[in-house]
Amino acid sequence: MVGLQKRLWLVALLAMIAALYAIFVLAPVELTMGIVQKIFYFHVASAWVGFLAIYLVCFCSLRFLRKRDRQWDVRAASAAEVGAVFLTLNLVSGPIWAKPVWGIWWTWDARLTTTFVLWLIYMGYLMLRRLVESPEQRARLSAVVSIFGAVNALIVYMANRWWRTQHPQPVIAGGEDSGLHPDMWLALLVTVLAFALLFFCLWKMGCDLERSRESVESLRRTAQRHLREVR
Amino acid sequence: MKFWNQTAAILMKDLLTEYRTKDVLTSMLLFGLLVILMFNFAFEPDSEEIRKFGPGLLWMTFIFAGLLGMNRSFAGEKENDALEGLMLSPVKWSSIYLGKMLANLLFLLLAQAIILCLFSLLFNYGIWPRIGWMAAITFLGTLGFASVGTLLAAVSANTRMSEVMLPVLLVPLVLPVILSVVLATAANFAQPPEERVMFFWMQVLAAYDIIFVTLPLMTFEYVLEK
Repeated sequence: MVGLQKRLWLVALLAMIAALYAIFVLAPVELTMGIVQKIFYFHVASAWVGFLAIYLVCFCSLRFLRKRDRQWDVRAASAAEVGAVFLTLNLVSGPIWAKPVWGIWWTWDARLTTTFVLWLIYMGYLMLRRLVESPEQRARLSAVVSIFGAVNALIVYMANRWWRTQHPQPVIAGGEDSGLHPDMWLALLVTVLAFALLFFCLWKMGCDLERSRESVESLRRTAQRHLREVR
Repeated sequence: MKFWNQTAAILMKDLLTEYRTKDVLTSMLLFGLLVILMFNFAFEPDSEEIRKFGPGLLWMTFIFAGLLGMNRSFAGEKENDALEGLMLSPVKWSSIYLGKMLANLLFLLLAQAIILCLFSLLFNYGIWPRIGWMAAITFLGTLGFASVGTLLAAVSANTRMSEVMLPVLLVPLVLPVILSVVLATAANFAQPPEERVMFFWMQVLAAYDIIFVTLPLMTFEYVLEK
């Protein structure tokens, strides 16, 4: 088992190096935005991974509600934690890019708002998990909330798009992915792949961590019981 | 038919409790008034500004008051383990949800009607020519808000800090409602009224309502089970 995990990390590391090479060496420097446009690759990759993670959380939660296997709850929780980290990366890298290009840190544009709302949903989910005492109840309640979060993420995205199509925003152009240089596409795809691999590594680590936390907890309970019997 | 009788029984129970205590309505109304008071000092809106920001201010008041009211709907059942009694009674659990949701919907609509009148009075905000459409928009918006809110109130009643947990979970989830309802209200009270825009956002609200009334009915039993 350890061998598999090490191999996964190794592949992720290689993919990350390939991504850095593709971004900084292969892909051309963007004409108007200059070097700051390089953030785009990390920014978009973390967004894609962060957005897909909520559906992974929802999927694991549905499996949990059906099978009642605690492992699925552990997977959902860990996916949410790692997904939230990726979405935070996306929300932090966005303004760094936006400031020199748009002249502002933030605008209430459809995509930005959707990402922000999804981030809040992640935070609500993670906060809920901390505030419910019994593990069994925590698993059930957070599973239900994650289903709502996943459905809602879609609706927020649509609602925002309709809203903004009625009041078009001049700051955002037709879309930065229209007319991307082939090498830029390559760099983006490699980065997305690297980020996805990193996500799976971290996700697996998170699951293992949660499992060891649980076994420590049950060992402690056994030890206490033995201590009481000895006395 | 049995399902609806059970739902009606739960609804009547909540209405009777409210009739005897008047906890939820009074707290929602007072809180709504306080929010209006704060807005008045924060913005000192003149008639031009109130036309522009009125829909937003109004719905902020509704949402804040609603959050306060819905927190009570399951927190109250936790006292004396009343929820256990409800769960043991021979009713379908989804009818517990539906009955409580309808009770919340009624309380919210009643509070909103009173707050709307006071808002119109205090800010000289003309609502009467378009009151019919306003009622329809308010109903659609509040239905979505109450249906998600009731389920999440049941979720957050099981947590350590339920008063904080409900807004943290609910506000991001009802964001499409807040957006659509404010835009529909603004279009309704615009001069001249923009009916096309209003109908569009009412359709969005109706779609949201259909999804988010069905989803809690399907998932509520997972929230209750012990």
